[in-house]
Amino acid sequence: MAQGALRMSRRLRFAPLALLALVIAALIWRLATPGDSNVHSRLEGQPVPQFVLAGAMPGKAALSSSDLATGHPRLVNIFASWCVPCITEVRVLQQLKSQGVIVDGVAVRDRPADVAQFLARNGDPYERIGSDPQSRLQIALGASGVPESFVVDGMGIIRYQHIGPIEESDVSTILAKLHEAK
Amino acid sequence: MIAEAGLAALWLATGLAAFQFLLMILALRSEVEVTRAMRAVGVAQGTLTLVAFTMLLLVFARSDMSVALVFANSHSAKPFVYKVAGAWGNHEGSMLMWVTILAVAGAFVALFSKRTSERTLIAGLGSQAILALGFYAFLLIASNPFARLNPAPLDGEGLNPLLQDPGLAFHPPTLYLGYVGLSVAFSLAVGALLTGEVDSRLARAMRPWVLGAWVLLTLGITAGSYWAYYELGWGGYWFWDPVENASLMPWLAATALLHSINVLAARGALKAWTMMLAVIAFSMSMVGTFLVRSGILTSVHAFAIDPERGTFLLALLALYVGAAFILFALRGATLREGAPFELVSRESGLVINNLILSVILGIVFLGTLYPLFVEAVSGEKLSVGAPYFDAVAGPLALILALLVAIGPLLSWRREQRPVLGQLKLPALLGASALVITIIVAPGMTILPRLGFTVATFLAAGSVLPLVVRNPLRAPLATWGMVIAHFGIAVTLGGMAANAAFTSERLSVAKPGEILNVGPWLITLKDVTPTAGKNWTAIEGELRASRAGPAITLKPQTRYFSNPPTETNEAAIETFWNGQLYTVIGKPDASGAWQLRLWWKPFVTLIWAGGVLIAMGGALALLGRLSRLKRRAGASAEWRKARYA
Repeated sequence: MAQGALRMSRRLRFAPLALLALVIAALIWRLATPGDSNVHSRLEGQPVPQFVLAGAMPGKAALSSSDLATGHPRLVNIFASWCVPCITEVRVLQQLKSQGVIVDGVAVRDRPADVAQFLARNGDPYERIGSDPQSRLQIALGASGVPESFVVDGMGIIRYQHIGPIEESDVSTILAKLHEAK
Repeated sequence: MIAEAGLAALWLATGLAAFQFLLMILALRSEVEVTRAMRAVGVAQGTLTLVAFTMLLLVFARSDMSVALVFANSHSAKPFVYKVAGAWGNHEGSMLMWVTILAVAGAFVALFSKRTSERTLIAGLGSQAILALGFYAFLLIASNPFARLNPAPLDGEGLNPLLQDPGLAFHPPTLYLGYVGLSVAFSLAVGALLTGEVDSRLARAMRPWVLGAWVLLTLGITAGSYWAYYELGWGGYWFWDPVENASLMPWLAATALLHSINVLAARGALKAWTMMLAVIAFSMSMVGTFLVRSGILTSVHAFAIDPERGTFLLALLALYVGAAFILFALRGATLREGAPFELVSRESGLVINNLILSVILGIVFLGTLYPLFVEAVSGEKLSVGAPYFDAVAGPLALILALLVAIGPLLSWRREQRPVLGQLKLPALLGASALVITIIVAPGMTILPRLGFTVATFLAAGSVLPLVVRNPLRAPLATWGMVIAHFGIAVTLGGMAANAAFTSERLSVAKPGEILNVGPWLITLKDVTPTAGKNWTAIEGELRASRAGPAITLKPQTRYFSNPPTETNEAAIETFWNGQLYTVIGKPDASGAWQLRLWWKPFVTLIWAGGVLIAMGGALALLGRLSRLKRRAGASAEWRKARYA
């Protein structure tokens, strides 16, 4: 009867103990190996997914995956005119550009007029800008937000993923990764 | 001197706890009469710990920066309330509070418990003492709250601004009282397993503690949910954060225990199961304490990982829970089950309640620890979020809520009347709710739609136990049950409304611009700087209008200097039919401000329901206590008459 549902056999009575042992083991493991809270990109070492994007604004070259395999490492920056952290990031990108870094842009869910206005107001570090109106490339690249940046070597392989805006303090890391990618 | 007095009191309490445990061993091995000594030692131990905690409150109130803990967590510029609340807004202080509640609860059992047999009481008090002993050792060895700094610094480092909120003064103590109140159920269960006296007397002795702890856990979770809602500025009421889950798991176990204990008290059945739940409920409290205090899981309650403390707490957890489980495995089998019952009966209803609650508990437990297991086995990092919990626990919770309307109508042992007939009207109302949601909002997803249906059915069905008899003559416990069950319907309705009808607007606006969210037109009038006692802020002035006169909301972004931190203070306006929730963010280069606006119809029902559930529990507790008192009074008179 219904009572039977909660009446435990003798062996079942040891089940909580076994479960406890399992949980304790997992917790001991965690205490012994403190977690690395950084999420490592799965795409590092992988080729850039194939894509062809339209130009994001008049007068600016468009971007496709073949543009990323020209023999020179490039920095691909995912940004948007509606993204506030991107405003501060553009200044750092220009600093990188002045040090000889080629920066390409992917404008996510944006309009040509807005992109043009954004660049006119904040400066334009980009060699090429592709428009990604449906976030397709953003998702294919495994980027969870805007801005994010990828160091791509001359063969079209992703070498490094930077999540969030590139700040002054990140410049040396980015330059080192670009150097490694040569 | 105050800090040293506190430390001394803590050492003395430790000694007494050890003595209390030895007394228990002595009493269980021989027939020595120790009950009076045991009671006295229990009371003294609780009092000394309370003294130690009071000393900690004093050093915080006086901003004595020579105490390391005050230096690290307080600042002389802080408002007085938060100075005092700072005493438990940190690791050491909150652990002292934890053990204080444990010891004081033990003292209350020692003073007042007259219902169990003497041997079970002694065994229970001994268990409570060994629990306290471990946590005293933890405080004295690994987390001394009274350590001094020499020389004393000029001023403190401040308290996390997120915690400078009236919610903090109320939320952790309430949850702790609930967590630790369950320790009494644990100790009495362990005591009864040791003596083999698992009976309805034990259930009646445990019940007020379980009810009281459950009421406080319910209030603590409700308050915590509201705190996260308005303080974090994300507009959500539950995030399935590991620390939230840590508070939910003891609640789920306590809810199941609360129901099965009634079967044990009334019918002497479900003995082993109830003992199991009593052990699990407090084990979940300890797991929760461990998860929060070790910082082992990534959470918004970001506390630093400290391997030494984590290891110590884990050892205590393994020792206590392991010992209780071993005892259960060995002794549980010898328990003889009480009166049998039929498939359709109140007992069966409560068994189903317990099974569903246990499965939900298992789901939450698994979801919370799954990332850890996966990473341990495969090294892969993942997180388990709301989609899993909503999809798996949601439907089960709905089924449970549906059955809540039926269970209380069944009679004990065997139900012969056609109970479902009484539910015609609630079923009709539930069906109409379903039809209305289909007509009004054809695009609604399935869970909110079913939520409205079940909430309506339960709201109407939950009051039946009062309607079918004379409500004025119904016992307080019945009133409590009805109010708590009605509260579940209210909370469920609020969740469904929030999920189905929330309007959200994320936008940038310049002063003078008008945005709309739901039925509201919102104008950003101005953005001005402002300041408080230990913060400065940017304050937006929003004018919101619907049909009636416009109202003004003033969300802020606050900047605290000690330690340097930034918080969003949402401006929330409550109406009878919902809340308008506004947050102001950062400006962009053109002088436009980020605004996050939500119109959340009937969202307040979620917490109103939580308060109702807690109120119902409190009423039931009151009913049980007054009835016990009356019974005790009656039997005293009977004895007097007999021996006079």
